[in-house]
Amino acid sequence: MDALDVARWQFGVTTVYHFLFVPLTIGLSVLVAILQTMWHRTGNERYLKLTKFYGKLFLINFAMGVVTGIVQEFQFGMNWSDYSRFVGDIFGAPLAIEALVAFFLESTFIGLWIFGWDRLPKRLHLAAIWAAAIGTNLSAYFILAANSFMQNPVGFRINPDSGRAELTDFVAVLTNKVALVTFPHTLAGSFLVAGSLVVTVGLWHVMRNRGSADTGAYRFATKFGSWVVLVSSALVVLTGDIQGKIMTEVQPMKMAAAEGLYTTESPASFSVLTVGSLDGSREVFALKIPYLLSFLGTGDPHGTVQGINDLQAQYASQYGPGNYAPIIPVTYWSFRFMIGFGLAAAAIALLVLWSQRKGRTPSSKWLLRAGLVMPVLPLLANSFGWIFTEMGRQPWIVFGEMLTRNGVSRSVSLTEVLTSFTAFTLIYATLAVIEFKLLVRYARAGVPDVSDEPADDDTDDAERPLAFAY
Amino acid sequence: MELTTVWFLLVAVLFTGYFILEGFDFGVGMLLPVLGRDDRQRRVLINTIGPVWDGNEVWLITAGGAMFAAFPEWYATLFSGFYLPLLLILLALIARGVAFEYRHKRPEASWKRRWDQAIFWGSAVPAVLWGVAFANIFRGVPLDADHEYVGGLLDLLHPYALLGGLTTLGLFLTHGAVFLALKTTGDIRERAGALAVKLGAGTAVAAVAFLGWSLTIRSSAAAVVLAVGAALALLGGLAAARVRREGWAFTGTAVAIALAVATLFAALFPNVLPSTLDAAGTLTATNAASTPYTLKIMTWVAVVFTPIVLAYQGWTYWVFRRRIGVQNIPQH
Repeated sequence: MDALDVARWQFGVTTVYHFLFVPLTIGLSVLVAILQTMWHRTGNERYLKLTKFYGKLFLINFAMGVVTGIVQEFQFGMNWSDYSRFVGDIFGAPLAIEALVAFFLESTFIGLWIFGWDRLPKRLHLAAIWAAAIGTNLSAYFILAANSFMQNPVGFRINPDSGRAELTDFVAVLTNKVALVTFPHTLAGSFLVAGSLVVTVGLWHVMRNRGSADTGAYRFATKFGSWVVLVSSALVVLTGDIQGKIMTEVQPMKMAAAEGLYTTESPASFSVLTVGSLDGSREVFALKIPYLLSFLGTGDPHGTVQGINDLQAQYASQYGPGNYAPIIPVTYWSFRFMIGFGLAAAAIALLVLWSQRKGRTPSSKWLLRAGLVMPVLPLLANSFGWIFTEMGRQPWIVFGEMLTRNGVSRSVSLTEVLTSFTAFTLIYATLAVIEFKLLVRYARAGVPDVSDEPADDDTDDAERPLAFAY
Repeated sequence: MELTTVWFLLVAVLFTGYFILEGFDFGVGMLLPVLGRDDRQRRVLINTIGPVWDGNEVWLITAGGAMFAAFPEWYATLFSGFYLPLLLILLALIARGVAFEYRHKRPEASWKRRWDQAIFWGSAVPAVLWGVAFANIFRGVPLDADHEYVGGLLDLLHPYALLGGLTTLGLFLTHGAVFLALKTTGDIRERAGALAVKLGAGTAVAAVAFLGWSLTIRSSAAAVVLAVGAALALLGGLAAARVRREGWAFTGTAVAIALAVATLFAALFPNVLPSTLDAAGTLTATNAASTPYTLKIMTWVAVVFTPIVLAYQGWTYWVFRRRIGVQNIPQH
């Protein structure tokens, strides 16, 4: 074990952890904004209740996304300083723009929304949640553009004197085809999570809280969430398909690693194919494999996807001796888990919709159980998607330009990085437990009573209680 | 003006904005156990910054991002070199940010007490460490010819740096007390105002000593003027606090923080991180900078978006301009 390994583990753990909260923030901000808009348009109290209810869950989650996000920005410099030196000219810009354009918008307007129920005119208060939601979704674009540069570096040159990457075309960086397709894929994946949470909580109340005056609200939420899940899973599949084709083109090794495809021409390499021994899994996913091969491969059912061994030989002659393949079982399985968990969530959403057809009230114990695990599934799908995309890029930190091992901070010792890794793991684990319990607590509490909304009365402003206070 | 100079100024402005805004947030957090005698009072304190603390913290994220984009070498050397202090700052900011949101989510006293501690330590640790960090940036640190930090943790903890930490601690405490006097009513307002004067007197001594020591390390005519201005602003703020002119008191401490940060940056220029070893290791606004093309793009982005951000963030402060007191705290 050396500092490099620990730095990689730390980055992996803190990033996957951060991205447990980000999808909910991205998706739920918009869903809450939609619910509030419906209240604004119809005046129906049901939507106000749902806005406040899901808004609370959103905020419990939001706090975690914010604080774990700061770590991400610092970590490039702290643990990956040689990487930061190498790509800073290109990579720093989207990060700075993300903060200036997106994070300020998100954080300022979320504050206005939380505390502004009685301070702002209704219309402006509604605009605040939309501004926050737009900020959140915008931030995803800039950070994905930065990540896409690592997958498919464009718009740059290597300065022969300094050996560093220099920006030559910023528009090319922002319109990187990997970024253009990863952005909708990530957003759709996030709405899959947010929709699932809406379903879970709604379904639990529909089934456990029968006869409640708010059953109508929960029924609506359950259907609303299910449709969000179905539409977003369709978009995930659609964008994922395009991603696969682009990946085959710009990162063929990642595609080969996703399939565990060593070579189609040499029977010998099939026999050493360790992933091949796990072929039992292919029966589980039997329906999807032909689909993936035709769509994610070359697009031609008879076309050959380049194998790992051929690519390895090609890269070795291009970049010098070395191993240019990622860890195959990781890419192979994370790719399948991503797809499997995502589709499972969509399947449950269909069941939930079916169970409530024509005003029926679902009663199946199994449906309730499936509903309760539902948000975990797309969360896992998101995590495995990131594990696949980042591990599949290895050994590169910037594909074809810089190896991960060359990007690590030289001045940070093993002790230091072990200290930080331990500290992050402990605080993150503690907070995860606290956050989960709070989410459950507030989800069970159900929609709030909104009948005592402060009306415009004669109470002196200085004496009136705040509509919301920490 | 050269773009590298423009970005040196912008990074300075972003950190200045950060210290002014999150400075009083830190102060409020540290004064929580002092001025908040019961839960209701503590809630008053927290709610003075409730709607704005998150937006204030984005100044740090933007400053870090701007440093990364405009001066990648500075960002890389500084963040990897100051590894453990930054780790502590991160842990503090994590605990503190979550605490604001979670503290009121359960009624138990033990639950609230724990989050109160998170808010206190989460505010106190960065309040000290930012001073330590900036004192080290100013004095210089051991860098080799590749701009890599070659010192250890103890190389960052010398008397000058500790005085820097004491200065920011005092400044943020005073600034926070003045802010609370400006934003609350009744008993808390009175006690915050009185405390601000006491804290401010000690802070003024530390700040004058620190700035004076700084100017013996490196100096310029502008830096001297700025340092004198910082001291005067602080004293003016304290005088205003004594006579309960809270708006002026807050202006005074805010200007004092701004001018103190400006003093350091002015005397530091054109260096951004001097090396105490090999002179070739010193990072300057030129050798740490990105290419002119990147700086040009970033300049356009900053020119367009900074006024917009300032406008809506300023508007938020106007929306929540009202003072609050225990009578405004709802039951739940």
